Amino acid sequence: MSVEIKTTSVEPIRNTYSAIARRFGDKPATRYQEASFDLAATTNFHYRPLWDPKRTLNDPTRTALRMEDWYSVTDPRQFFYGAYVGNRAKMQEAAESSFAFCDKRNLLTRLPEETQKQLLRLLVPFRHVALGANMNNSKIAGDSTATTVSQMHMFAATDHLGMGQYLTRIALLLDGSTGTALDESKTYWMDDELWQPLRKLVEGTLVIDDWFEITLVQNVLLDGLMYPLVYDRMDAWFGEQGAETVSMLTEFHRDWYKESLRWTNAMIKTVVAESDSNREQVQSWIDQWEPMVYEALKPIAQATTGLDVLDELRAELSVRLKKVGLQSTGVQA
Amino acid sequence: MASKNKKLNLKDKYQYLTRDMAWEPTYEKHEDIYPDESFEGIKIINWDQWEDPFRLTMDTYWKYQAEKEKKLYAIFDAFAQNNGQQNITDARYVNALKLFLSGISPVEYAAYQGYARVGRQFSGAGARVACQMQAIDELRHAQTQQHAMSHYNKHFNGLHDASYQHDRVWFLSVPKSFFDDARSAGPFEFLTAISFSFEYVLTNLLFVPFMSGAAYNGDMATVTFGFSAQSDEARHMTLGLEVIKFILEQHEDNVPIIQKWIDKWFWRGFRLLSLVGMMMDYMLPNKVMSWAEAWEMYYEQSGGALFKDLERYGIRPPKYQDVANAAKNHSSHQTWATFYQYSQATNFHTWMPQEEEMAWLSEKYPETFDKYYRDRFEHWDKEQKEGNRFYNNTLPQLCQVCQIPTIMTEKDDPTVFSHRQIKHEGERYHFCSDGCCDIFKNEPEKYIQAWMPVHQIYQGNCGGADVATVVEKYYHIVPGVDNMEYIGSPDHQRWLDIKGLKPLSASRDKTAAA
Ligand SMILES: [Fe+2]
Ligand SMILES: [Fe+2]
Ligand SMILES: [Zn+2]
Repeated sequence: MSVEIKTTSVEPIRNTYSAIARRFGDKPATRYQEASFDLAATTNFHYRPLWDPKRTLNDPTRTALRMEDWYSVTDPRQFFYGAYVGNRAKMQEAAESSFAFCDKRNLLTRLPEETQKQLLRLLVPFRHVALGANMNNSKIAGDSTATTVSQMHMFAATDHLGMGQYLTRIALLLDGSTGTALDESKTYWMDDELWQPLRKLVEGTLVIDDWFEITLVQNVLLDGLMYPLVYDRMDAWFGEQGAETVSMLTEFHRDWYKESLRWTNAMIKTVVAESDSNREQVQSWIDQWEPMVYEALKPIAQATTGLDVLDELRAELSVRLKKVGLQSTGVQA
Repeated sequence: MASKNKKLNLKDKYQYLTRDMAWEPTYEKHEDIYPDESFEGIKIINWDQWEDPFRLTMDTYWKYQAEKEKKLYAIFDAFAQNNGQQNITDARYVNALKLFLSGISPVEYAAYQGYARVGRQFSGAGARVACQMQAIDELRHAQTQQHAMSHYNKHFNGLHDASYQHDRVWFLSVPKSFFDDARSAGPFEFLTAISFSFEYVLTNLLFVPFMSGAAYNGDMATVTFGFSAQSDEARHMTLGLEVIKFILEQHEDNVPIIQKWIDKWFWRGFRLLSLVGMMMDYMLPNKVMSWAEAWEMYYEQSGGALFKDLERYGIRPPKYQDVANAAKNHSSHQTWATFYQYSQATNFHTWMPQEEEMAWLSEKYPETFDKYYRDRFEHWDKEQKEGNRFYNNTLPQLCQVCQIPTIMTEKDDPTVFSHRQIKHEGERYHFCSDGCCDIFKNEPEKYIQAWMPVHQIYQGNCGGADVATVVEKYYHIVPGVDNMEYIGSPDHQRWLDIKGLKPLSASRDKTAAA
């Protein structure tokens, strides 16, 4: 038996905001729509920025790409703030119980000294890459004009901060919360030959001006090669070294990457499909950066999974780009 | 790998979880990565001395914020399902929400953009993280406000095109230019303006009037948002205080720069708040407290204590504070009178206060209301009852800095406008006050760029040659529906229908509206 409570209904005079009605018609809108479309100021800015007098505030020319309407880039996950934190709260809950379990059972400190060192040398320094990603995405959130685009990058910025913090906590588990393992791990990042191409690459991304170039290099090319390498293939390799438990602690990163493919793919697809000139511009950035990303990850792959794996992943990235009409060198591998 | 070192305390642990992830670059120059940190003249000797204003890691942020969101949206849903908009005191109240959604929510969004930017610009990683968390909080505020107002938009007029109107409508250039000013400034000025002056010194004068106003007037959606945002605001205030202390302690040369910014942003903030003052005294059917009382409590007392505390850094209270303190007895009346006569061009309604409201105003403003404002209001009320509701068809002069019409008066004589003017590079500029005039003189090259709505109308840049066309076509204000007098408006008619009262005829009978 089902019980239906009768409620009084009152005739509304309109179903949604005018800006939403202009896009989607005067019908009840989703929370995502009312939160994400046409919130940002677009015109009649009062003063030129002292930090960039050539352009206005909220200036769409902060990237070389041109879109008739940047709001045509949308989020397939439909994340507005509330949906975003709701989703991440669940993910962090799972991560929390894994960290607690590893801590309680001493699963990391029980590993052989040599294996622990490998984690500090080969996994934990990726927290510095996460910090670079955090900075890059915060810049994009401040530079891109449409809320649909900007908010995805703000979410990515805080995600990367969170993921860097999980990597930090792996070291804190190892050193008994003293910070010594973190200090050691950071010396690899700063001084070890193995990391220098990647550190140089990350520092290089921090001086890119064009925000779409940054999102392409950071969120598509670098993450696109690095996440499968580190959290999938190196993860298996760590398992072979007897460190399979660490896998519990990077589950967040794997889930996150799978999900991030949805919005990055959708964004690239829409932007490249807009015009030939967009496609050519994106292609030239790929030509410039993709080989650098590959070179930056090479020493790490060589020290762990072997170069074959990186080549394989490079081919996969190339297939992913091909789907939206772009090319990269991956297929020759 | 068990280490013999001591376990990290909370503070150090948080630093390992945030700023230790950053490093000093060697492949790129520091100044190329952080190019905006020095042009304002602020000297930072050591970012390590930055004290974290709060210690939230991302996992706890997600967790706490998700809990708050869950509760908030459950109430929004219940509010819509039960048609909670019918429980407000009176439909006149909704005009405060129209002002809020078109004037405040877009600046929440601008704050989001501003903090995302400074969350990248600073070379101190601790400060970046704090700014980024504020950025995403402000995104939250902008978005939850859309959702809180969504149901009101369906049942009342004037809320339907807020962000669009924020860019265009004459009086909305007051909040818009305020935030454009802050965002076009450098990162340290942005933080002094927004985190310190706005979020710390003046926040209660914005937040309390709207949120308590909602509580006193039966608006569950808005008050729930207010409660939910309270803990965000507590973080924002801590950041504001930490920022100012940090910059002042870093170098003595920073003190005069900060003092200049405090003077500027106090005055700009105070001017912006005149909109809130009139909302509090005139738009809330159930009053919370008078604007003068709010100003006394939240500025004169709390602000007084704060600036006393900052004395040890060589900071004095904001310039023209005395003018602002004296204005508390005038500004809401002057502002409401202005909106009353220009509401043919606003997205909200105005009206003359009812008899008992005038009595309340006399009581709250014993020195000024009866002497300067009551007569005018009674005169307009009489005119209105005789079918001559007053609209001023001549557009006002705007202040070049705050962009409010130059309606404010001299500190010692409320019958004389405190109009000021100067010539700069052969052009004449006008101001509402010495406060605004000083701000202009410090950065004329900035303020001569202002997009002044009245000037733009006269220059033909607002889609029409007459105000009626501008209002309808360029502002998207629906004539006779969103604008003009409240009595007899579609909102008013609808409210009477809802309450089962007979719709009023054109002549207004106030007892029926009560
Ligand atoms: Fe806010
Ligand atoms: Fe805030
Ligand atoms: Zn002014």
